[in-house]
Amino acid sequence: MSGLVCAGAAQFASIEIWGHPVPIAAVVFSTLLVNLRNLLMSASLVPKTGSFTVLQRMLGFYALSDENWALSERRAASRPLTPAYFLTMGGVLYTNWVFWTTLGAVAGAFLGDPRRIGADFAFTALFIGLIAGFWKGKSTAGAVVSSAVASALAFIVLGPPWHVLVGAAAGILTAYATSRADTA
Amino acid sequence: MTLDIPTLLAIAGMALVTYATRIGGLFFAEKLELSGRARAAFNEIPAAVLVAVIAPMALATGPAETVAALLTALVARKLPLIATIVIGVAAVVLLRGLLG
Repeated sequence: MSGLVCAGAAQFASIEIWGHPVPIAAVVFSTLLVNLRNLLMSASLVPKTGSFTVLQRMLGFYALSDENWALSERRAASRPLTPAYFLTMGGVLYTNWVFWTTLGAVAGAFLGDPRRIGADFAFTALFIGLIAGFWKGKSTAGAVVSSAVASALAFIVLGPPWHVLVGAAAGILTAYATSRADTA
Repeated sequence: MTLDIPTLLAIAGMALVTYATRIGGLFFAEKLELSGRARAAFNEIPAAVLVAVIAPMALATGPAETVAALLTALVARKLPLIATIVIGVAAVVLLRGLLG
């Protein structure tokens, strides 16, 4: 699953609803919802990968994830994004993901509860660090706060995976609505 | 998880929709003309999406997670990524011990 899908958040979400027999439609739909954000991410990278060939884009975007997309955006903010940078990062990320999830599947039974060592929080801390890298002042603050509140509420009321879509939409709409005051 | 036909179908379906979302942006972004406010909104997509993914853990899990997330956010602006993660994880372990 890691090799073909290679999408952490969606894989976690699918495990939550996995059962016997496998609810194929529910699993696929949940994956689609969680990964809809990829649409926004690949769209935002289009202007930055203008010099790429079609094949470079098709390959690079296969390994697109929150992490390498965030690092690409960071890189693009200071210097042009090169195919070498983007594809190497995608390759490393992909190999790592497949290697460590395979190891996790084998070793998981021996480790016990990941909560004990805070491993479940590492993902959250990483994301917070990435968000700090995107900080652009008031407009980011508005987007972050409204996205956080909307996502937490959607998580409680609707349950996963809706929180990702609802939160992201709230944050983006807030940025849209407040931009005039900020950039005028 | 056992490898039978429904399992393989589910995984194949997941792979298909995931790749579709990953390259989908290529097709609609080229037709996109961004002006003023739309560009401002577009610029905040990264932060809004990342926050939405972690908000349940940060805000709707327990007091230990919420305080640890705030602490992590405080140090994140000054320290490199790796240090931020280490401090965040250490904080959550400590706070879970203190707050239960």
